[in-house]
Amino acid sequence: MRNHRATQLVFELSRPGRRGVRWPECDVPREEPQRLVPQRHLASAPPPLPELTEPDVVRHYVNLSTQNMSVDTHTYPLGSCTMKYNPKRNDAWASLPGFAQVHPYQPEPSIQGLLQLLYELQEYLAEIGGLDAVSLQPAAGAQGELTALLMAAAWFRDRQKELGPRTKVLIPDSAHGTNPASAAMAGFQAVTVRSNARGLVDLEDLQAKLDDQVAVFMITNPNTLGLFEPQIKQIADLVHQRGGLLYLDGANMNAILGITRPGDFGADMMHFNPHKTFSGPHGAGGPGAGPIAVRRELAPYLPVPVVVRDAEGRYRLDYDRPQSIGQVRSFFGNVGVLIRAYAYIRTHGPEGLRRVSEDAVLNANYLLALVKHFLPVPFGDRCMHEFVATAQKLRQERGISAMDLAKRLLDFGFHAPTVYFPITVRESMMIEPTETESKESLDALAQVLFRITEEAPELLHEAPHSTWISRPDEVRAARNPVLKWTPQENG
Amino acid sequence: MTYQQNTPEDRQAMLQTIGAASIEELFAQVPAPLRLNRPLNLPEPQGEMELAAHMAQLAGRNQAMDRWVCFLGAGSYDHFVPAVVDYIAGRGEFYTSYTPYQPEVSQGNLQTFFEYQTMITQLTGMDVSNASLYDGGSAAAEAVLMSFTATGRSHRVVVSRGVHPEYRRILHTYLENLETEVVELACPDGTTDPEEAAQALREPSACLLVQQPNFFGSLEEMEQLAQVAHEHGSLLVVVVDPISLGLLKRPGQYGADIVVAEGQSLGSPMSFGGPYLGVMACREEFLRRLPGRIAGQTVDRRGRRCWVLTLQTREQHIRREKATSNICTNQGLLAIRAAVYLSLLGPQGLWEQAELCLQKAHYAARRITEHDRFRVRFDRPFFKEFVVQDRQGRVAQVLDYAWQQGIAAGVPLGRWFPELEDCFLVAVTEKRTREQIDRLAQVLHQAP
Amino acid sequence: MNPEQLRFTDTHEWVHLETTAEGKTIATVGLTDHAVEQLNDLVYIQLPEVGQQVRRGESFGEVESVKAVSDLYSPVDGEVVEVNQKLTEDLDPLSQDPYGAGWLIKVQVNDPSQVEQLMDHQAYQKMCEEGM
Repeated sequence: MRNHRATQLVFELSRPGRRGVRWPECDVPREEPQRLVPQRHLASAPPPLPELTEPDVVRHYVNLSTQNMSVDTHTYPLGSCTMKYNPKRNDAWASLPGFAQVHPYQPEPSIQGLLQLLYELQEYLAEIGGLDAVSLQPAAGAQGELTALLMAAAWFRDRQKELGPRTKVLIPDSAHGTNPASAAMAGFQAVTVRSNARGLVDLEDLQAKLDDQVAVFMITNPNTLGLFEPQIKQIADLVHQRGGLLYLDGANMNAILGITRPGDFGADMMHFNPHKTFSGPHGAGGPGAGPIAVRRELAPYLPVPVVVRDAEGRYRLDYDRPQSIGQVRSFFGNVGVLIRAYAYIRTHGPEGLRRVSEDAVLNANYLLALVKHFLPVPFGDRCMHEFVATAQKLRQERGISAMDLAKRLLDFGFHAPTVYFPITVRESMMIEPTETESKESLDALAQVLFRITEEAPELLHEAPHSTWISRPDEVRAARNPVLKWTPQENG
Repeated sequence: MTYQQNTPEDRQAMLQTIGAASIEELFAQVPAPLRLNRPLNLPEPQGEMELAAHMAQLAGRNQAMDRWVCFLGAGSYDHFVPAVVDYIAGRGEFYTSYTPYQPEVSQGNLQTFFEYQTMITQLTGMDVSNASLYDGGSAAAEAVLMSFTATGRSHRVVVSRGVHPEYRRILHTYLENLETEVVELACPDGTTDPEEAAQALREPSACLLVQQPNFFGSLEEMEQLAQVAHEHGSLLVVVVDPISLGLLKRPGQYGADIVVAEGQSLGSPMSFGGPYLGVMACREEFLRRLPGRIAGQTVDRRGRRCWVLTLQTREQHIRREKATSNICTNQGLLAIRAAVYLSLLGPQGLWEQAELCLQKAHYAARRITEHDRFRVRFDRPFFKEFVVQDRQGRVAQVLDYAWQQGIAAGVPLGRWFPELEDCFLVAVTEKRTREQIDRLAQVLHQAP
Repeated sequence: MNPEQLRFTDTHEWVHLETTAEGKTIATVGLTDHAVEQLNDLVYIQLPEVGQQVRRGESFGEVESVKAVSDLYSPVDGEVVEVNQKLTEDLDPLSQDPYGAGWLIKVQVNDPSQVEQLMDHQAYQKMCEEGM
């Protein structure tokens, strides 16, 4: 049961002299610190951290945890984020000392089990993506994008004579914000391609913008509206004819596992989001991972190291890749997340992964069929693993916004969908139930949504009503940022 | 179908509601020629019991630091993690939630991030902190990118070779397609020479990037480096070891502008390099250039104190190609671990931990160098890590011999520094006992 | 200032010209009430420094609400001679009096005829209504 008294900050609970860790006595002959390190390097006092006992810390953070919604406790249909059930067995395995207590600079012969796992995961992801080579290094999808774009830049530098300078990256207007941000970070100019009335890439606009300076077209497929681009092959051909590369943002792979493969529909490079597709957990915002898969010709540019297997069946880390772009993150990557992805894939097998996508798509279409009567879905009656509804009509007729609906859903024990994304749809609500929700929970969600749309607007404007706090003043937070506790401000 | 709910009857009923004859029909958007008309070539599925055996077998083939004695460091450290950290971070409400887009049902995460941010500012002496980046290495690259916009000088940066070689490599990779010159300062004596830095900074540069303690474990003359950076209008960007800040001067005290760190030391396992925690803090004036999520305090409509994600206009989902970074998913759970870890330690705990590292590292250095085959390579003050030179130049044999005795004695440096082919880096945390250190020295002294 | 005597860009800036005693032409530039309303709840503004050159149609700053950022585009070519610094502390004048105390910058104009090509109040009003 939630403890409403527990809203103090850890700093306010602090009392001088309390502590939660007691270290052993120093068992080596002790010297005065200033004899080991000159005084000029030493602080006059330790940092002013809070002082608490272990029971204080446990009660404080356990109480805080109860103020969250989570996949373990609630239906969490947050579109684009694939909030599916996180298998507990995967966590247990990733925590085995043989994985968790491995130092990144141990000699290779001492980590053959781990290297085998990572090597096999590279192979699995290549197969699932229909591509040839994989790097497990990027720490999240956005870093996967950046890595692939840096590889594309290197690829074009090596082919400047034939292909000329390539300075642009084309991105549909419905894309995740990470796409243009990654393009800019990689030194490219981001150029937006319009969507057509059906929510798909506008081929005319693409053709108009596809010139000899385009390095990469980044596409999300299925796209952020939950639609598969039926003309993806033509798009790929157009891009390739101009000498460009096609990048697939793999955020929505949960819809197409074993159904179709990015490599087969023309992608040259892609990233996976194992924390979404392969059940990550999302961990309050991360860690994720962002492994990338690429076509054979691009493989030499992958970051180092890559796990390889030699003729004797030994695994090693290959750093000797002269065309590699280098490294985007220290050490190997978010290994703990990758171990869970490996276990997830091994648990499901080929048929099981396909069934994951089938049920993800079935659940989304079922929910769409239940809600479209009272919450219009502008881009059609069918979707892949998610769909985008709009509250535009409700807004115009009754002054109820997508945000109002989202907030009110919380009162009924559902996490809200993603709202106001994609930016191409007004008052958008992006709903992704995932395959691990039951028919009953989808029925309940649809019922609640309907009930809410019938409620009085005034009630909705002030929702949620059942949570400890409601409608925080975001303007105040942004105008006068208070980003840390200070004794004066918080008394 | 391990985690799915739909029974065949459910599927039938759902298809009926949808008005589709089959699940196959739902995939009509995917053109037939693009379909995969065979099963994926993956191993057949395994239930929990069989897969548990397989995973245990893979894990068992690794010689992990629960059985070997770890003197490996170089950016990843075997510090003690209290059980409470795993317990709290394992709470499903933290573990299986996501970015706090709905503050009303994310106060647990938001308040914890706010506390984390506060503790990072307390630790570093800086004004503001974000809610995490990926790891120390990419955080260093982000800090350098930040210095470009802060100074308007994106054409040149100066980097000490005392910065972790992988971090420098990341920086080169991030900057490869931009027109930025990266000037590296040699560290022949184990630290950065402030005069050489001044020389390099004469040409306008966005920042000076250094590490404290540096990759070799040595302490840099931070006051002097800060002074030369600022004299030349450059920012001072510092990579720090969070544990060292129990004892060492805080970056805010010596004038750092942006501070980054590998936060793995703050309560996360080594886990072969990840997931880790990118710590980043800076001076107030650079707040709007800070990448990543930031939690801020406000009040709700009833006047209750609460927390939200704030200053979001910096971020990719709003500013797109003009964002301060492309980061979206971060390392939230690791930030929670760090907050719990630092609350448990408190000022006294961190001070004592840092001192234990200091004492034990110096004891280890004394013991190892009792044999004149070995010397500490650099005559510089150090914290918990130091470079050992094998005068007989057989580093690989020495480390291999120690490994056979159950001791991970150090990280060989020749891979990054050809001139240090005969050297290895030894790290000593509070976890190492006198007995283990004595054994390390003994084994090294016996090595062939 | 009376909006009816101002000129407007299609990016929702207004401009007012005056000639100083020394014969220089100074343009005062601001954001329209329509734009301020659309952005609602402004939280931050970034303005140029005095002496900076601005160019017609190019961004000279940014204004932010909680979840949106808008560029501010200069209606004229010239040099910034004065900046409404008070706004960086307090955005209320911009929200409450966009045609008066909420002005943004003053620019010494190179070519006053640039302003004549801009919309008058009536045309601007029409554009806003059509855009709704």
